[in-house]
Amino acid sequence: MVPLIEVRNLWKIYDLGEVQVKALQDISLEIPQGAFVAIMGPSGSGKSTFVNLLGCLDRPSSGRYLLDGVPVESLDRDQLAAIRNKKIGFIFQTFNLLSRTTALENVQLPLLYTETDVRDSEQRAWDALGIVGLAGRELSLPNQLSGGQEQRVAIARALINNPEILLADEPTGQLDSRTSDEIMKIFQELNRSRGITVILITHSEEIASYADRIVRFRDGRIVSDEAVSHPALSIQQQASR
Amino acid sequence: MKRLLSAIRIAFRALEVNKTRSGLTMLGIVIGVAAVIATVAVGSGATQRVQQQIASIGSNIIIIIPGSMTSSGLRMGTGNAVTLSETDARELVAQCPEIGTAAPTVRGGAQIVYGDANWATIILGTTPSYLVIRELTVAKGAAFTDHDVDAANKVALLGQTVVDNLFGDLDPIGLTIRIKHVPFTVVGVLARKGQSPTGQDQDDVILLPVSTAKRKVIGIRSANADAVNAITVQARNASLIHAAQDAASALLRQRHHLQPAEEDDFSIRNMEEIFAAQEASSRIMSLMLAAVASVSLLVGGIGIMNIMLVSVRERTREIGLRQAVGAKTRDILTQFLVEATTLSLAGGLVGIALGVTASAIISKLAGWQTLIGLGSVLLAVLFSAVVGIAFGYYPAHKAAYLDPIEALRYE
Repeated sequence: MVPLIEVRNLWKIYDLGEVQVKALQDISLEIPQGAFVAIMGPSGSGKSTFVNLLGCLDRPSSGRYLLDGVPVESLDRDQLAAIRNKKIGFIFQTFNLLSRTTALENVQLPLLYTETDVRDSEQRAWDALGIVGLAGRELSLPNQLSGGQEQRVAIARALINNPEILLADEPTGQLDSRTSDEIMKIFQELNRSRGITVILITHSEEIASYADRIVRFRDGRIVSDEAVSHPALSIQQQASR
Repeated sequence: MKRLLSAIRIAFRALEVNKTRSGLTMLGIVIGVAAVIATVAVGSGATQRVQQQIASIGSNIIIIIPGSMTSSGLRMGTGNAVTLSETDARELVAQCPEIGTAAPTVRGGAQIVYGDANWATIILGTTPSYLVIRELTVAKGAAFTDHDVDAANKVALLGQTVVDNLFGDLDPIGLTIRIKHVPFTVVGVLARKGQSPTGQDQDDVILLPVSTAKRKVIGIRSANADAVNAITVQARNASLIHAAQDAASALLRQRHHLQPAEEDDFSIRNMEEIFAAQEASSRIMSLMLAAVASVSLLVGGIGIMNIMLVSVRERTREIGLRQAVGAKTRDILTQFLVEATTLSLAGGLVGIALGVTASAIISKLAGWQTLIGLGSVLLAVLFSAVVGIAFGYYPAHKAAYLDPIEALRYE
């Protein structure tokens, strides 16, 4: 079976005139459908660059990136935008909600840019907010919500187009530990019951322990790639696959 | 369509956020459009006024006056020669099919006396045809007739100004006035005509039968009892004006026995030519004002571009987010173009309202006639939309081609 994500000898080099910054050096990696991967590493290790590439926000300097068997490096701006719209849901550290816009409308944002007209747009947004536990807050504005609630809206927005992958860049970076746990449980639930592939960047080992695989970066290279053992969950997990 | 509607909604929301800024940005367009509307209103009002004045003189009119006269080597001004006659006027009507009717006129000034009131005015000796040509109507009483002309009856037709000054509220019909000690019976009063295009009071006049005027008031030129000061001719219709001019010229040359090498001893003018010059000068005025207005629109457009650039910069993260969730270059481009166009169109609409108000005030205060056409309103709307698109394009393009990663990271 073709892995959902297949990266071969990926380089990303920023040409800053006199110096060339090698942000990613010869990365090769496969992530199967339904995986829950945590990406860790010190700042400047290239993990964000890597996730941006996975998210089709950027193109590699060289190497292959096959997403669902499609070589992404050859696509143009608008084709990448279409992939982001359909297959990928982004979750950011700073939530990135539109201010003065209700939760419901924020969640519907990606549908504005889908090729096909979505008739039940509002119903879908309503459902997505229900999944992340925000039923009843649909018409709230971002400044009326807590940080944890804002991030839930952002997750609902990421889910609205039924993506295959959720990419989260330090999603709990601005949240307290109790809220972080709640958010991570949502990711875990989405991963387990819906089979959505989750890839998240984190600095926290505790957050990373929710994942079933941890990839560590240093100086633009992968230094370790190991499975996390979940003794209590392993049977359940295998059953769900 | 769905995209455009949502782009318009987003645009309104974005403009609402910075109400003051949006308002100030629109100001340039508002002023520009208001200037265009007011200018065009004043310009077309002036044109309309000139046309009305031309119509007030009578339509399809040609005026023939004697040419210049050379006496002992001195060339006198036009109109001094005594070359036109009542017979010329009759022959013009009889022989030129292009000419509908013609009226000879003699002109002079005199002091009019009624009781102890007196008034200096213009005496115009003519025939009843003159009333037809100049579209004069009799408000009270009746006009004099061809019989009065033939019999040289002492009857007078008064202009309204003369009536006002001599009689006040009195009904003058049947009363006797004295012109140069000659008693005349007032048979009628002309309907009010107002100012001529050259600013003369067309109601300050007394019409007399041409025969009576020459004999009793103005005095006969001993050389030619038949002579008149001018002949007013009406062509059968507007398209025949030039043909009538040519025919009159040919006939008069023949009647005056002029050799081909000799100059005309008369001069022919038509009213349209005289007023075309006036109209042209008001058109130049309009053009100049329009140029000022377009500079204002240009400046307004630059203001919009400036604010849109600021807006793109402020909303860089929003743009990055939209790109991350799948907005294509076209989507972002449309969003900002719609925003710029909304801004300029709103400015245009406010400008139209302001321009209409300004025109109304101008016509109230300055007493100028103004005319606001649907064309100028549509033009203003079109213009402001074009300004919005033209000046919004650069900022929108800039937004659409932002790098999504940098946009998302922008602080």
